[in-house]
Amino acid sequence: MSIKKRVLFACGTGIATSTVVSNAVVEAMKERGISIDARQCKATEVRSEMGGMDLIVSTTQLPSDLPVPSIVTLAFLTGMGKADVLDKIEAALRA
Amino acid sequence: MAEALINHIDPGAIALGVEASDREAVIRLLAEKLRRDGYVKDSFADAVVAREASMPTGLPLGRAVNVAVPHTDPEHVLKPGIALATLARPVAFANMEDPDEAVDVGLIFLMALNDKDRQIEMLQQIMETIQSEAAIDGLMRAETVEDVVSVLR
Repeated sequence: MSIKKRVLFACGTGIATSTVVSNAVVEAMKERGISIDARQCKATEVRSEMGGMDLIVSTTQLPSDLPVPSIVTLAFLTGMGKADVLDKIEAALRA
Repeated sequence: MAEALINHIDPGAIALGVEASDREAVIRLLAEKLRRDGYVKDSFADAVVAREASMPTGLPLGRAVNVAVPHTDPEHVLKPGIALATLARPVAFANMEDPDEAVDVGLIFLMALNDKDRQIEMLQQIMETIQSEAAIDGLMRAETVEDVVSVLR
C-alpha cells in the first residue's frame, strides 16, 4: 500500500526549477510506492510555507535551522547524481 | 509528444560566439533581444541581474563549459520565451546550489517565465538538452541560427 507524504519544492522564483524538480520527484516516488502532495514556493518563503510538510527539496540555499528535513540538489537539472538523491529522498520520506 | 525546445526560442534572440566581459553583459544583451521582440517589460533586465546576484542560476555540469538559466519573477514578463547565447570565452556565474562557488558558463538560456503550468514543458526541454553532451557540444559549435535549429529540433 502506498504511503502519502507532503513535500515542499523551493527555488529562487518558485515557478521555474522547482517545477522541474517537483515533476521528477513526484513521478519517481510514485514508482517507489510513495504518493506525494507537492507544493512549490520561493526559497525565501520556505519558513512560512513549510507547515505540515514532511520534506523540503530545493535547488537553492535554504536557511540553516529549519525544523523540517531538507535536501538541496541540482541533480534533477543537471542529471548528475540523480539516483543517489532519489534514494535520499525516499529514505527521508520513509523515516 | 513533447514540443521541441527550438519552438520556445526566439530566432531573433539567439547570439552565438558572444564576447562578453561578465555575466551581467550577456544577461543584458539577451534581455534586450527579448524586450525588443515583446516578451518582457523594460524592467526585466534589471530584475534578472538583481536576482542573479542574490539567487544565482549557474548549473555545474562538471565540464569546461557549464550552463546558466537566468530568469526572474513573472511580473516582469509579457509572454513566455527563451533567449540563447553561446560565449567565445566562459564567464563566471555563481552556482545555484552554493552562491559562494563560481561556475564557468559558456551556454546561457535566459528564460522569460510567467505561467507555471505552461512552462513545464519548456523547462523540461532545457534540462533534457543540458543533460546531453552531444547537444551542448552541438550548440557550442553552432555558427548560425540554422545550426542551433538542427541541434534542438
